[in-house]
Amino acid sequence: MQDLLRKRLPMIVAFFAGMVIITAFFSGHPTLTTFRSNMQVWVSIVGGFTLLLGVVSITSVNYRRVRKLEKDWPYKLILLISLAVSGGFGIFQGTEAGTVYDWLFQNMSAPMMSSMFAMLAFFIASAAYRAFRARTLEATILLIVAMLVMLGRVPIGQVIYHRMPEITEWIMNYPNLAVQRGIIIGAALGAASMSIRIILGIERTYMGR
Amino acid sequence: MNAPGAGLIEMSVAGFLILSIFSFLYKDNPFYRLAEHIFAGLTAGYYVGLIYQTVVVQQLALPILNDGKLELIFPAILGILMFTRFFDRFSYLSRISLAFVMGNTAGIFLIQQLHGLVLPQTQATIINPMAGDWLLGAVPGGIIIIVGVITTLIYFYFSKEHKGVLGKTARVGMVFIMISFGAHFGYTVMARLSLLIGQVKFVAFDWLPRLIGVN
Repeated sequence: MQDLLRKRLPMIVAFFAGMVIITAFFSGHPTLTTFRSNMQVWVSIVGGFTLLLGVVSITSVNYRRVRKLEKDWPYKLILLISLAVSGGFGIFQGTEAGTVYDWLFQNMSAPMMSSMFAMLAFFIASAAYRAFRARTLEATILLIVAMLVMLGRVPIGQVIYHRMPEITEWIMNYPNLAVQRGIIIGAALGAASMSIRIILGIERTYMGR
Repeated sequence: MNAPGAGLIEMSVAGFLILSIFSFLYKDNPFYRLAEHIFAGLTAGYYVGLIYQTVVVQQLALPILNDGKLELIFPAILGILMFTRFFDRFSYLSRISLAFVMGNTAGIFLIQQLHGLVLPQTQATIINPMAGDWLLGAVPGGIIIIVGVITTLIYFYFSKEHKGVLGKTARVGMVFIMISFGAHFGYTVMARLSLLIGQVKFVAFDWLPRLIGVN
């Protein structure tokens, strides 16, 4: 019984859930198609609970640190207060434009998010300074192409050579597209084979062991 | 960034947080850590509000209460079972919910990847490279696409040792991959720089002049 609940039942559920989607797609039967649409809503509901699980986990870890007055506890307290304020207003007041929840996102979260991404420009430049050395053919190609693409996207590139933006576009549309296509095909085949392994119960690492 | 028509308070909050984040460029400091923790808390809270409104209310509570869709109790139970992970004795029950999500996602992925990516991308590669215009670079471009896709795929083929013809082809694939990585690097740097320019412009030309009363 324990084995059934711990191992067999999750495998049966995964098999059934996966096969319904595949069968509905290929058969096109109205009942199965409706069932497939319903199941996608169910997955979105369960997925929502999964995200809440993450929030509960963050809260419990930080609450424990605050309660024990561990190192940096004031910051953890600030994190918990921010979470409570934003989540609380989102639950009780709603998420529409003009709410406190929206205000917090527009004036606090969004500027900080942009700043975090913008700050990466410095770290990328610093990493490039150390890594971009034309020691091998491959590194030289990477360096030259990166320079061309960067120059093609700023006005000074056009001043240096008037067709620089066209060169950049050509690189993005042909050699870059070819590689992206190759990577997409390879990754998609890998993902498809992994999906088959999950549905057939060969891949079970998501169960914890 | 701030909503259109934002007042001085909104701009000051955003400006202070932007400067706090950028202060990390000097070194780790209390202002950065404050902003970092506020950001983490607000982001988690953002998802709490979003999930509550879009999932719990719109997809679960309202359909059950207003439309009588009692079958939605089933995913709700599966969702609640996720929380058994916090109790060692019953944590195995969360596997059922996880298996449901994994199986369903695997089914969607299988179709999506094969039907939506592999076949269309392969189809788009089966082209006549000579059909394009030489002057606009379409003919060499078409040849490059065919050679690039094949050599990239061969580079990632590890079932046979990269020696002889396979090795040489994989090396051509490597050159193509480096071109693509270089292009992506340049593209990413420029995207980040344009974000940085936007942030600096906001602080230096929008917020600070207004704060000191120049604008």
